Amino acid sequence: MTDEPLLRVRGLSKHFPVRQGLRATGLVRAVDGLNFDVRPGETLGLVGESGCGKTTTGRMLVRLLEPTAGSIEFAGRDITHAGRRELRPLRQDLQIIFQDPYASLNPRHTVGRIVAMPLQVNGIKPPGGIRARVQELLELVGLNPEHYNRYPHEFSGGQRQRIGIARALALRPKLIVADEPVSALDVSIQAQVVNLLRDLQRDLGLAFVFIAHDLAVVRHFSQRVAVMYLGRIVEIGDRADIYERPQHPYTRALLSAIPDVTQLGPAGRIRLTGDVPTPLDPPSGCRFRTRCWKAQDVCATEEPALVPRDGGNQATACHFPEVPEGEAVRSTDAIVEEVSS
Amino acid sequence: MSLSPVEGVALAEIESGPEAGAPGMKGVVGRSPGQLAWLRLRRDRTAMVSGVLLILFMLLALAAPLIEMAYGVGPREQFQSLLDNFGMPLGYAGGVTGDHWFGLEPGLGRDIFIRLIYGLRTSLFIAFAAALITATLGVVLGALAGYLGGWFDAVINWITDLTLAMPFLIIALALTPTLTLRFYGERGQVSAAFGVGVLIAVFAIFGWTSTARLVRGQVIALREREFVEAAKASGAGLGHMLFRQLLPNIWAPILVSFSLAVPQFITSEAALSFIGVGLSDETPSFGRMIYDSLDYLQTDPAYVFFPGIMIFALVFAFNLFGDALRDALDPKSSR
Amino acid sequence: MARFLLKRMFSAALTLFAVSVLTFLMFFALPRDPVTGMCPKNCNPERLERVRTELGLNDPLISQYAGYMKGIVTGRDLGSAQGGRCDAPCLGWSYVTNEAVSDTIGRVLPVTLSIVIPAAILWLLLGVGLGMISALRRGTWLDRAAIGFSLTGASLQLYFVGAVLLLVFVYNLRLLPVPSYTSIFDNPAKWASGLVLSWVALAFLFSAIYARLSRAQMLETLSEDFVRTARAKGLAKRTVYGRHALRAAITPVVTIAGLDVGGALGGTVITETTFGIQGLGRTAVDAVRSGDLPTIMATVLIAAVFVVLANVLVDLLYAAIDPRVRLR
Repeated sequence: MTDEPLLRVRGLSKHFPVRQGLRATGLVRAVDGLNFDVRPGETLGLVGESGCGKTTTGRMLVRLLEPTAGSIEFAGRDITHAGRRELRPLRQDLQIIFQDPYASLNPRHTVGRIVAMPLQVNGIKPPGGIRARVQELLELVGLNPEHYNRYPHEFSGGQRQRIGIARALALRPKLIVADEPVSALDVSIQAQVVNLLRDLQRDLGLAFVFIAHDLAVVRHFSQRVAVMYLGRIVEIGDRADIYERPQHPYTRALLSAIPDVTQLGPAGRIRLTGDVPTPLDPPSGCRFRTRCWKAQDVCATEEPALVPRDGGNQATACHFPEVPEGEAVRSTDAIVEEVSS
Repeated sequence: MSLSPVEGVALAEIESGPEAGAPGMKGVVGRSPGQLAWLRLRRDRTAMVSGVLLILFMLLALAAPLIEMAYGVGPREQFQSLLDNFGMPLGYAGGVTGDHWFGLEPGLGRDIFIRLIYGLRTSLFIAFAAALITATLGVVLGALAGYLGGWFDAVINWITDLTLAMPFLIIALALTPTLTLRFYGERGQVSAAFGVGVLIAVFAIFGWTSTARLVRGQVIALREREFVEAAKASGAGLGHMLFRQLLPNIWAPILVSFSLAVPQFITSEAALSFIGVGLSDETPSFGRMIYDSLDYLQTDPAYVFFPGIMIFALVFAFNLFGDALRDALDPKSSR
Repeated sequence: MARFLLKRMFSAALTLFAVSVLTFLMFFALPRDPVTGMCPKNCNPERLERVRTELGLNDPLISQYAGYMKGIVTGRDLGSAQGGRCDAPCLGWSYVTNEAVSDTIGRVLPVTLSIVIPAAILWLLLGVGLGMISALRRGTWLDRAAIGFSLTGASLQLYFVGAVLLLVFVYNLRLLPVPSYTSIFDNPAKWASGLVLSWVALAFLFSAIYARLSRAQMLETLSEDFVRTARAKGLAKRTVYGRHALRAAITPVVTIAGLDVGGALGGTVITETTFGIQGLGRTAVDAVRSGDLPTIMATVLIAAVFVVLANVLVDLLYAAIDPRVRLR
């Protein structure tokens, strides 16, 4: 595994104009300046509440949505504004798994046709024929290869999601964007599908951008985790750091909301008050400040940058990060200095 | 997130399909939504009866020359000897006899039965041709408008609104002779085929917008579906999107609208002939016969009766079948 | 709401404008010399040329069109051969009937209105009533009879129904006079007896369509959750069906009705031909036959106005019932 990132995202933004009649009356800043890398074979979990821009980000990565600003580099090539023809070779390396297993399969096509679609669209003729390849893929995702001629309506949600995964694997991609692949499934099925994805990652050396709102699922699956809030990454780091030493108050609040059966006694749950502000008019300074219990004046005036702490892998965008136990409390001034420098 | 799978006419089958069985059960070949609809249609008695009736009508139309040979009377033969001094057919019910099953036309004394058979041929040909052309135009333009959106969609939409605002009968009435003049000038006899062609063209110009509107709506409903995005993410082009991904999902409403458009065109052809454009007297047609017959309403009601019943039976069979088809394709509706 | 209204009006005006341009082009710019049709039988070349000049046919198309439009808005002078001053709304002069087109329209429009409006009331009441009853009494013989009625009606031809009605009620039973138009203000009884067959024929065919449509709508509405909720919370059947379900089911019916009535007002060509009543539709047919361009133009425009107006009305009604529409 090299350290050269497979996917490099810089300043990625998506703004949707809000129209009333013909006039544009505002901008929804769904995604606003994301920076992150994904290395080959690595899984980056992207978590956050609904509406924080995770899905928009995923769609931009596979170019289903056109980014407003920023750049996406895949395997060293800038694909931010590549046309359909330029993208073609890259499509094979970059695939997506969708959230809704009922909407993501064409109900009029047989399973075989669905899984073969990426091959046919790209004019690829695998050795041994398309049919053999499709059956191999079906087997790989744990489906009966004899079900080649069946229709999606004959399968359950979990089986459908497996079909969607087989389709994504058809072109032997290097990176798969999984957009909440299990959140539409029953809890009992979720684990099976996540395990399947993990096995595939291990066996095929796939890199994943795994989008989810469920922190428990992400923990199970990701080596690195990025936490999003209102179109921005507020904290990014290795799994252990994020889950055990969260520094951003929002991350802490999210983590505290996971039910934990092992912990007895009063749960240290942090309740966030108020609603997520509208991305049409995000709060000034730190976007989380309206719901943050640590917010001070500086949070309204200055936007905290996503800066690495302690020179490690973990970066946090907060003026008043949580301090891991045993470390000295640094003064606010020092942090502000650090941010502005 | 919602688990509710699908909405819309086209996709309703999913809910009625057998719920996913465990893998490895029975056969390995699944039934497509189309096959399921076909099974439902086969079980529907009305559909079967009206379907058989329609096939019969079509066979009659196709075999018109054969019938003429067996019947021994041509559509333009005149039997003046069987009319009285006022030009009215002798005998009962407009001259019904063993030789002339539906009697004779007053005035010219032509045989009504064989003229109806040829009229059926004319009507069905015009209706099917017009329905095919309008469906093709409507599907292609509607799908493009729905999928592409933007200015193309706006233009198509606007044209649709415009044709809705134009009074069809009057425009067709005015357009048919002008079109004929444009190609034939003032000279001579206009061929029957040309008259038929003009009618089909007029129907096509006005008819495609309703299919386009229907298809556009369906495509818009489907276009944001994830399976469409999946194809896009794999690099599919416009053609694949429209004809492989989207169209297979909307053929059900298209088929229903096609099956209901055919009787509409039959009716329109008759209506145009009725108000005196449409086809010349040379070409036998239902509307033309009824129009001519109205003059004899008091003196020879049988002459009004036979073409009227024939066209009713034809349109009725088509409507019944179209309804049954809709039920079979969309089990949720109208039951 | 005002914004929505304004927008809707604008697009309606645009559509009418396009219809007028298209019609103008279709009839004035097509190969047939418009004048030959307008000149009575024995025409000499000088007279033809005079008519051509009087009609302004030697002017460029644009100024012809502009003149026509100006006539509608402000009126214009047509010259002594065409009856002199023609007040707004001036639709031109017909050489076939030798009168101002607006006079012709003024005469035949009440006829068409007298046919369509009572017929529309009849077909809506009958159609929607039948549809509702058959939806509520689903599966009974009543329902089946209603379905049979609507399928039959939808397949019948107006001229055939008209012919049968004429034969039975006028010629055989002699219960009614031969259809004709009398002004309602002169003699309401004669007005009604002269037109009743046309109402019945139209209502029979249209109510069939409406019965089908409203039955399907009502059935769909009855299976919706809010109806079940209303029943479950103990509201009387009558309140639920009458107030909650009916309102939801009727909205799509309103749209179609608006379009149909608009279309019918634009000319009930077949009805008027069948019953031999001279209304707007019949006038249009006669105008086409005799090549009477100003009259054709006027009838097409009026028909378009009715359709577009009906569209706007339906949209406004929708916006009043369903506030979401306004936001689009």
